[in-house]
Amino acid sequence: MFEVFGVPSQALFGQLLLGLINGSFYALLSLGLAVIFGMLNIINFTHGAQYMMGAFAAFLLLRHVGIGYWPALIIVPIIVGATGVVIERLFLKRIQNLDHLYGLILTFGLALIIEGLFRNYYGSSGQPYGVPESLQGGRNLGFMFLPNYRAWVIAFSLLVCLCTWFAIERTRLGSYLRAATENPALVRAFGINVPRMVTLTYGFGVGLAGLAGVMAAPIYNVSPQMGSDLIIVVFAVVVIGGMGSIMGAIVTGFTLGIVEGLTKVFFPEASNTVIFMIMIIVLLLRPAGLFGRSA
Amino acid sequence: MRLTAILTFAAAAVFGTAAHAQVNVKIGVLNDMSSLYADISGPGSVTAAKMAVEDFNPAAHGMKVEIVGADHQNKPDVGSNIARQWFDVDHVDVIVDVPTSSVALAVSDVAREKNKVFLISGAASSDLTGPKCTPNNVHWTYDTWMLAHGTGTALVKTGGDTWFFLTADYAFGHALERDTTAVVQAAGGKVLGAVKHPLNTQDFSSFLLQAQASKAKVIGLANAGGDTINSIKQGAEFGITAGGQQFAGLLVFVTDVNALGLKTAQGLVLTETWYWDMNDANRAWTKRWQAENAGKLPSMVVAGVYAETLHYLKAVAALKSAADGKAVVNQMKALPTDDPLFGKGYIRADGRKIHPAYLFQVKKPEESKYPGDDYILRATIPAEEAFRPIKDGNCPMVTN
Repeated sequence: MFEVFGVPSQALFGQLLLGLINGSFYALLSLGLAVIFGMLNIINFTHGAQYMMGAFAAFLLLRHVGIGYWPALIIVPIIVGATGVVIERLFLKRIQNLDHLYGLILTFGLALIIEGLFRNYYGSSGQPYGVPESLQGGRNLGFMFLPNYRAWVIAFSLLVCLCTWFAIERTRLGSYLRAATENPALVRAFGINVPRMVTLTYGFGVGLAGLAGVMAAPIYNVSPQMGSDLIIVVFAVVVIGGMGSIMGAIVTGFTLGIVEGLTKVFFPEASNTVIFMIMIIVLLLRPAGLFGRSA
Repeated sequence: MRLTAILTFAAAAVFGTAAHAQVNVKIGVLNDMSSLYADISGPGSVTAAKMAVEDFNPAAHGMKVEIVGADHQNKPDVGSNIARQWFDVDHVDVIVDVPTSSVALAVSDVAREKNKVFLISGAASSDLTGPKCTPNNVHWTYDTWMLAHGTGTALVKTGGDTWFFLTADYAFGHALERDTTAVVQAAGGKVLGAVKHPLNTQDFSSFLLQAQASKAKVIGLANAGGDTINSIKQGAEFGITAGGQQFAGLLVFVTDVNALGLKTAQGLVLTETWYWDMNDANRAWTKRWQAENAGKLPSMVVAGVYAETLHYLKAVAALKSAADGKAVVNQMKALPTDDPLFGKGYIRADGRKIHPAYLFQVKKPEESKYPGDDYILRATIPAEEAFRPIKDGNCPMVTN
């Protein structure tokens, strides 16, 4: 048992592990954002609201249809992804030739509407959603008590992140997608349906947000403002990682989760702001982000 | 030309007298309408203010009352800007509610500066009737001293003699931690540590881990609303209670208990000054309130807004004017209070409203017979003991 800056090592390892768990959420959400921005050049401010919709969908499925956590993991991303497809078809398609900022304002407005609707109907205190039976309890690791559910969160998000990265960077479909971003006209000339790919990619990114929402429901408060609280931090993560880089988003998500966890031990009052301080430093030194390619 | 002058004069005399006879009052309900405290006050407080106006019946007193509402977003600068705009431009005479003690302290300064009235229901800091008291404030529903002495004393008596605090890092959390620390130490207990978390934190796992490591018997939650809900929910996940530690919900509202669900919240001990299901009058009032707030439960903050607005209007009617804030507040202190929700009581010189406090315990799921049936009454703290004695407050108005 040794001490680091006055904090016992046991406490430190515990906090590192917790930081990794938070990092999983940051990674999942920033992955969705990075996919959408990297592939589609849309700054999707609705991401937080879509994460919240995922959590509420899980809650509503349980409360009204009796569908539990495990089926919800599959059903909810599909439902939320479908709403993403609708948004893309109805709104985003019309502004895709305009400046980034229009997309930002549009998606921000949508986020406010969605949150307002949920808050009007459900209030802001939150809804109860329990941890699934099979993941309840935890094990004592010696330096901390790790709830099984949180261990599952780390494992599953790592899996999802790596699968997504693999699909985009290493498969043929992914290569079509990346090509379509760089030169849509040429890719279309090859007979590939670019608008449909764009729509489905947006739906996929949104589905990832919905998935993160389902995973958050048992441990975080399922309330209409859960998305807006998280989305600002996630944007900072994406900016630090580099807006177009998938691997950058994943690595930065986990790393920043750990950094935040350490801040909570040594200087908890700053835990809200440390990620932004890092963002400022990174932007000053490497404006394209740590893993980003300069435009 | 002369005829016009005479006619204008006559018109002015007629209309002038009419305006003079009627007293116009504008009430501003300022609170968190969209974030973590919105269920505790929010739109429900506006309903409560409207109900108070209805029950007062302004027409019968020759008064006209208007209500406006706004969202201070838990930000002191936003709150004080709205207060200034309301007082300077919109002719608002009184601001009501204001949860989030940092905002309340800011608005309190503005109200004193403009000589208007500030009726506090949502904010908790006992400094509002202590070092920061003003002649324009009335602090109604509850405060941190009452909470510390209600819940804190009860827990120390049942063996909780070592404490660790999870504190919301702003005025309210600091005040609540300070007042509870005083109670614990006075009763012979020890505070083993504390950690301050930012307001509106999603994830408490890190802070809970530190609380666990401290091995304190009681983990004091010096936070409220969404923060308390998250702390308790995640505490269950980390096996805090299974490990032998107990949560002290220092500020818990019935809306929080509903959000947590009885399964998680059962056994929690808390202090409130009003509960919807305590007697028939409360139940009847709740039913009326729910007409505009379907599916929700009124917290004690909302009840406080109703009671203080009603008492304010009675004071204005007695004075026949709402213009001088200090005078109205003095009248409110001179008149004994009597309303269907808080019964008979009075307002002290330092602005503190005096009424009894109740120690409740959250029911087990099997004990609850209908939605909202959440509390068992464990003890009643008499009005004279529930709040800090006026001599201990360091209120400049009183010590001078």
